[in-house]
Amino acid sequence: MSNSWIIENGRIIDPASGRDETGTLVVTNGCIAAAGEPVSADTSRIDARGSWVVPGLTDMHTHLREPGEEYKEDILSGARAAAAGGFTGIACMPNTIPVNDCAAVTQLILERARQAAVRIYPVGAISRGSQGELLADLGELKNAGAIAVSDDGRPLVNSQLMRRALEYAADFDLTVISHCEDIFLGKGAMHEGPVSTRLGLRGIPPAAEAVMVYRDIALAEWTGKAVHIAHVSCAQSLALIRAAKERGVRVSAETAPHYFTLTDEAASTYDTRAKMNPPLRSESDRQAVRQALADGTIDAIATDHAPHSCLEKECEFELAANGIIGLESALPLSLALVADGLLSPLRLVELMAFNPAKILGLPAGTLQPGSAADLTIIKPDQPFIFSEADICSKSRNTPFLGYEFPGRAVLTMVGGEIRFQKELL
Amino acid sequence: MNTEYSFSHRHILGMEQFSRDDIAHILTTAESFKEISARSIKKVPVLRGRTIVNLFFEASTRTRLSFEVAAKRMSADTFNINASTSSTVKGETLIDTARNISAMHPDVIILRHFSSGASQLMSQYVQAAVINAGDGAHQHPSQSLLDLMTVQERKGRLDGLKIAIIGDITHSRVARSNIQGFRTMGSEVHVFGPSTLVPLHIESLGAVRAPTLRDALDNADVVMALRIQRERLHDPLLPSLREYAQRFGLSHETLGWAKEDAIVMHPGPVNRGVEMSPEIADSPRSVILDQVSNGVAVRMALLYLVGNA
Repeated sequence: MSNSWIIENGRIIDPASGRDETGTLVVTNGCIAAAGEPVSADTSRIDARGSWVVPGLTDMHTHLREPGEEYKEDILSGARAAAAGGFTGIACMPNTIPVNDCAAVTQLILERARQAAVRIYPVGAISRGSQGELLADLGELKNAGAIAVSDDGRPLVNSQLMRRALEYAADFDLTVISHCEDIFLGKGAMHEGPVSTRLGLRGIPPAAEAVMVYRDIALAEWTGKAVHIAHVSCAQSLALIRAAKERGVRVSAETAPHYFTLTDEAASTYDTRAKMNPPLRSESDRQAVRQALADGTIDAIATDHAPHSCLEKECEFELAANGIIGLESALPLSLALVADGLLSPLRLVELMAFNPAKILGLPAGTLQPGSAADLTIIKPDQPFIFSEADICSKSRNTPFLGYEFPGRAVLTMVGGEIRFQKELL
Repeated sequence: MNTEYSFSHRHILGMEQFSRDDIAHILTTAESFKEISARSIKKVPVLRGRTIVNLFFEASTRTRLSFEVAAKRMSADTFNINASTSSTVKGETLIDTARNISAMHPDVIILRHFSSGASQLMSQYVQAAVINAGDGAHQHPSQSLLDLMTVQERKGRLDGLKIAIIGDITHSRVARSNIQGFRTMGSEVHVFGPSTLVPLHIESLGAVRAPTLRDALDNADVVMALRIQRERLHDPLLPSLREYAQRFGLSHETLGWAKEDAIVMHPGPVNRGVEMSPEIADSPRSVILDQVSNGVAVRMALLYLVGNA
């Protein structure tokens, strides 16, 4: 398979260098070539007229369900969904069965990942079995290939353990990703507001997230260590993160497309496809998330891709599982922010490619000469109606079917190899 | 009422589906059926040959019996299914239960379920009409309709009244149904209870949040107490039933703030000495047993309206 290319006439957007101009990008033997470098004989041409050529997107937050729940998703199907969504690398959360808290599970994931369409970055558990009691062997996880650790899906109650995790993980350059949720305040089915009141569903206040965001900020500030806040959903949390950044606290944050697109109204007919944790919040929270994406308070857009089968979703709302799939819809939903004039294309690429790679310490998210040719070609103005045919995931739990999106990824290249191509450019 | 009115609802899921005309029509229909229960032979052939399934996932004496009595007085064949004896304990989902019951071709399914939204979910999977007999903390429309009927009988109207609902608003499908029902008919609903048991956003439903018990009861035409469930003590939402009774229970003294002719209601079962003193429950103001009698008439009307489709 050819892995040398001349990509012509595209708008090349590279936050690492601040470059945003129409031009030619040359890929030689799977790597980005320097300007003026000789082009090899077997090079093919790609006409990217009307498209953006950007560093491959990295999703910091996916659930691939393997090992243990392969009926929902597996590493290969999740990777196909990622490639179709324009991602060249995805970080997979440790809440599998068994939990990824040891080298054996990390190695199993990486073994499977050798056949995957995109790069797979395992995230290890902070605590053994994600039980929240004892630290997992973080050094062993790092050696096995974990790039970060997280308590995602099983929030850490014990603040002392969280402090120790921030300190100990830093010794191994492991990013700590915190799922901020006070599990007592978090008992509920949806956002606490007029909709939950009308539906008679137990509500989750924004404080369930914000009190733990503040805890983690306080711990990061005291220890001087870094913390990354996962899937921020509400204005209260964003105010805390913004203020902490101003003080110089080493805190970064991600949100997911559903938080800047939908509100709790989406659940107003007990539609379980609008059930996730943290829950969809109020319109003012949605606006705050959009503002924070523009002003830099939020560093990354992640999918929180959470596949579930109809077994977990076609049931009573209170009993339904949390989460939606997001790999195929994240870029299209984010392109809408550019279409709305909220974000520049450069800022969008920063949020979806450059910053996620930087936060996770990955050699990705850049088009600098010499780096692996992980790149995405995006047609920002190719509207389409999102349908099941666009979904590569094994699961279909998304509230966005039938939505009109402004554009999409049309080509995803990993190490110079095309892993997804929508149609002839 | 509009002379061209026709009742167009296939399912009875909640009070928000009803217009003022709908409610007036149901109450008029119920009024016309009430006399049947006073006969020596309490049966009319209106629903002969119809099959009605009472599917109850939550313990209930009053509501289940009331629906069954209503159905039998209309000559329908009734079948009762209790969750404890049903296949749900074997792991069957609500949707599968719905499909299986539907395959036996019932005309009406009356569903009581612990989960908000359950009756709406079931209505999507069955051919039969679904009557919500209480879903979680969401809705209990037949209760609200029997309350409206009782108030109409006692007050002669349903508009311009002040209705006070006291107690656990958060977990109450009766409160949600009645806020919507009484508002639709043109009355004001004031709610009061411990702050732990009144939703922060209750005013978005159109209710008035009373700051004190006195504000809630002041000049009220109707005072409705809601049942306090013991499990609320463990959440923790309440320190003790004793404290609740002292601070929120209805007594002759607190009822003195309401209108002289105010009536006292309760959806039952009453915790005597908690939601109200025993004297109140047995006083001439109490219309609790009228509510029960009207429950049969309202349910006959609902079965007639959806079961004859």
